[in-house]
Amino acid sequence: MTVFRVKRIVRLGIKSLWMHRLRSTLTTLGIVFGVASVIAMLAIGEGASRDAQERIAQLGSRNIIVKTVAPPEDQSAPGHQRILNEYGLTYDDAERFQNSIPGIQVIVPNRRLSQQAFYRNRRVPVEVIGTVPWYPSISPVRPRFGRFLTVTDMRYKQSVCVVEEGLVRDLFGVDDPLGQDVKIAGDYYRVVGIATTQNRAASEDKDLSPARKTGGANLGGIYIPLTTVKNHFGEVATQTGPATGSTMQRIELQEIIVQVRSIDRVLRTRQSVQALLALSHKKNDYEIIVPLELMRRARDVQRIFTLVLGSIAAISLLVGGIGIMNIMMATVSERTREIGIRRALGARKRDIVIQFLSETLLLTLFGGIVGIVVGSAIPFGVSYFGNMRTLITPGSLVLAFGISSAVGLVFGLYPAYRAANMDPIESLRHE
Amino acid sequence: MMRSTQTSNSAMDAAILVMKDLCKTYHLGSVELRVLKDINLAIHCGEYVAIMGPSGSGKSTLLNMIGCLDRPTAGDYLLGGRSVASLEDDQLSLIRGARIGFVFQSYNLISQLNVVENIAIPMYYQGFSEQASVQRARGLATLVGLGERLNHRPTELSGGQQQRVAIARAIANDPLIILADEPTGNLDSASGTEILAILDRLHEEGKTLIVVTHDEHVATKAKRIIRLFDGRIDRDEFNER
Ligand SMILES: Nc1ncnc2c1ncn2[C@@H]1O[C@H](COP(=O)(O)OP(=O)(O)O)[C@@H](O)[C@H]1O
Ligand SMILES: [Mg+2]
Repeated sequence: MTVFRVKRIVRLGIKSLWMHRLRSTLTTLGIVFGVASVIAMLAIGEGASRDAQERIAQLGSRNIIVKTVAPPEDQSAPGHQRILNEYGLTYDDAERFQNSIPGIQVIVPNRRLSQQAFYRNRRVPVEVIGTVPWYPSISPVRPRFGRFLTVTDMRYKQSVCVVEEGLVRDLFGVDDPLGQDVKIAGDYYRVVGIATTQNRAASEDKDLSPARKTGGANLGGIYIPLTTVKNHFGEVATQTGPATGSTMQRIELQEIIVQVRSIDRVLRTRQSVQALLALSHKKNDYEIIVPLELMRRARDVQRIFTLVLGSIAAISLLVGGIGIMNIMMATVSERTREIGIRRALGARKRDIVIQFLSETLLLTLFGGIVGIVVGSAIPFGVSYFGNMRTLITPGSLVLAFGISSAVGLVFGLYPAYRAANMDPIESLRHE
Repeated sequence: MMRSTQTSNSAMDAAILVMKDLCKTYHLGSVELRVLKDINLAIHCGEYVAIMGPSGSGKSTLLNMIGCLDRPTAGDYLLGGRSVASLEDDQLSLIRGARIGFVFQSYNLISQLNVVENIAIPMYYQGFSEQASVQRARGLATLVGLGERLNHRPTELSGGQQQRVAIARAIANDPLIILADEPTGNLDSASGTEILAILDRLHEEGKTLIVVTHDEHVATKAKRIIRLFDGRIDRDEFNER
């Protein structure tokens, strides 16, 4: 019987709203836009923040990344056409970290060089990464076929390499890369493995959704034992810049990645690293990146972002709600006589409240549903045309629906209350 | 046919409604408007009463008072032995819905609803199921001669037909009392005669009928005529015919 009653109330509401189709439609537009903007903005914000979070998570939340940067004096050395610039991280730094900082799990020193890789008649720009066999333990890189570098490769400075998956098609075409020789800067390296970037985000941080496979640098990487790189490429590089002419640089390591045993050690260790570097480096030739801090900062930014978006959406919904309330007040006063008739025929105040409240609710829920449809379409468009990641969470849909019904309740209550409390006789006299 | 059991069993002689020194005063700003003054009245079950009087003499106000749409300013109004003054708003709604049927001069149908839906409104508020109320509403529409126009909107009906819908609606919950405020006031004489015939039939079925009218011809149908003048009962007499 209650089902009948609800059905009847809904039908009556629809009938009354249908009498003023255009007005009802225009009234709901406020809610439509409000809800659509909530969903669209949250989807865009969520997508952007996921993107950032994932990119950071790929760096590893227990890692502290120390990078070599060109010290500031370098740019301001006019007149000297050919000087030897010595700066950056050194093997000694890595050793000092290892010896004097407690709680370190592993240390990975890396060289990074931009080179060209040749295979048969193909030539592909690559990033050569001189690294150690335990590189996978601090990064999401995993051997997919073959193997990663080994301690033996390292000790005997073998000319072997592991190629990143993304590079395989460009460099080898349809050939099986394993066992082939790739030429880089005049030397041949045998391919012993193909590496892939595993999705670490999901396992390390359950807040983060499955990642897309585009994290990391644009250039494909080729991993070669650090010792081999040191041997073949040396440590001095000639750089030709348009302004500075050509300069010689001597850099031992491009980066040192320190992984600590547990997350709560990250910040402490970062301070130790900083202190140690400050002792041994006169020039400001390094930077320290802590993914965990970046992640936290990104999360804070997202919180503010969500708050701002939420307030904007709330304001637009408020405006929409006031519009609805305004129309409902007009409806109530237009239908004063109907209210009087219904009261004379036995309607309780409660019945009148339910009637008008359900009309308002129908309006806002209809607006909410249309808003959800429109609001879900917008992120698709943004993703498609704007090439931006967007993510519609079920939560945002529930939120939007909840908000539109709440708006209906809040802004419908007063007109309905007004309707119910009209004097039956005065309503009947109303023309 | 619809002679209700309550009417025949519970004392025919006991008054269904009693008014004692009832007054109604409206306040228009600082002006006091005494619309009803010391009304003393008893109406019994099954009576057919006409209320007459010049315009502005308080007929409608009295009828609304009887129908529990309004509360007295002073004095007592007992309906079925219970004082209306002490009742809650919801109880008044219940009385209006279940015990009283209203017929208005201007029909007062709801324009977005069709004939059947209009007739079903009072049943809906008494909690009847959709099916039961629609079925009964169809029967009532047929009873007042609108069996062919069940799905018409009020605007598609003549005044007489609209008033017949209103009567069907008034008797939907099989009320004890039917109150009609100038039911033929807006109708041509032919339609008016039809309406009066229907009212007559209801009276014969045992309904208590109270009809406000200007029209002496209408009043002659009634068994008792109460004449109001300036808010007072001027004369209250049985109609010798
Ligand atoms: N709600 C009200 N407020 C103020 N005055 C009213 C109200 N209802 C009726 N009146 C006044 O009471 C008097 C009687 O009205 P009414 O009962 O409608 O007369 P009748 O139906 O006999 O023509 C009229 O003068 C009318 O103006
Ligand atoms: Mg009147």
